[in-house]
Amino acid sequence: MSEPLVFHFDINGDDFSTAGQASVQIKNNLRQLGLSPEIIRRVSIAMYEGEINMVIHANGGTADVKVYEDCVEIILADNGPGIKDIDMAMKEGYSTASDSTRSLGFGAGMGLPNMKRYTDDMKIDSTVGVGTTVTMKINIA
Amino acid sequence: MTIREIKDLIGAEVLCCEQNLERDAYSACGCDLMSDVLAYVKDQAVLLTGLVNPQVVRTAEMMDMICIVFVRSKTPTKEMLDLAKESGIVVMKCNKRLYEACGLLYSNGLVGNKVKD
Repeated sequence: MSEPLVFHFDINGDDFSTAGQASVQIKNNLRQLGLSPEIIRRVSIAMYEGEINMVIHANGGTADVKVYEDCVEIILADNGPGIKDIDMAMKEGYSTASDSTRSLGFGAGMGLPNMKRYTDDMKIDSTVGVGTTVTMKINIA
Repeated sequence: MTIREIKDLIGAEVLCCEQNLERDAYSACGCDLMSDVLAYVKDQAVLLTGLVNPQVVRTAEMMDMICIVFVRSKTPTKEMLDLAKESGIVVMKCNKRLYEACGLLYSNGLVGNKVKD
């Protein structure tokens, strides 16, 4: 397999209003690469939910998007509090987000389920007190 | 249904991207929870919401939505309108409540959205 095209982003955890900038950027990048609108939408929604999660739960982190010939891989890594119970976190409607986050329209317990919904493969590595890495894959072919 | 027809049905005021009023909307979604909006695939959709923050515009942008209607006379900030302009998303506001605005559009033929399995 040839080397993937890699896009790296630092996600600022301080400002909720700017959350999503990396997802907008990746959407533009993938559009320039000529990927189909459906694939672009799936990648950008999954990444956007991840970006929001990193801002509201983990004070930011990093996002790396690797574009291979047959898939797009998104790796989101943070040094946040970690996820205590991943099975619970995957349930729609379960959330540990604060009321202030909810008042902004997020924290409905749909973030991780949505990320899974739009990707072909999703893996969560999380250690409480250390951080979380979410790896998602979207097949192109 | 065109965005112009939507505007007329709910008596909305256009705040940006007036040049796109003739675009066709195929579905709509009335919601204040952005993750719920992101859970459902829509094609050329309209978002009606009472929530006002930049993430509303970003959510619409991620979903390739073509129009945002702020209900109950809520007014978006200039920053939000600038974001919407970058993607050509028509932004409007109307003084109706969410339920009423959605009901008017639905009863005139603008249906909801498909659930993605």
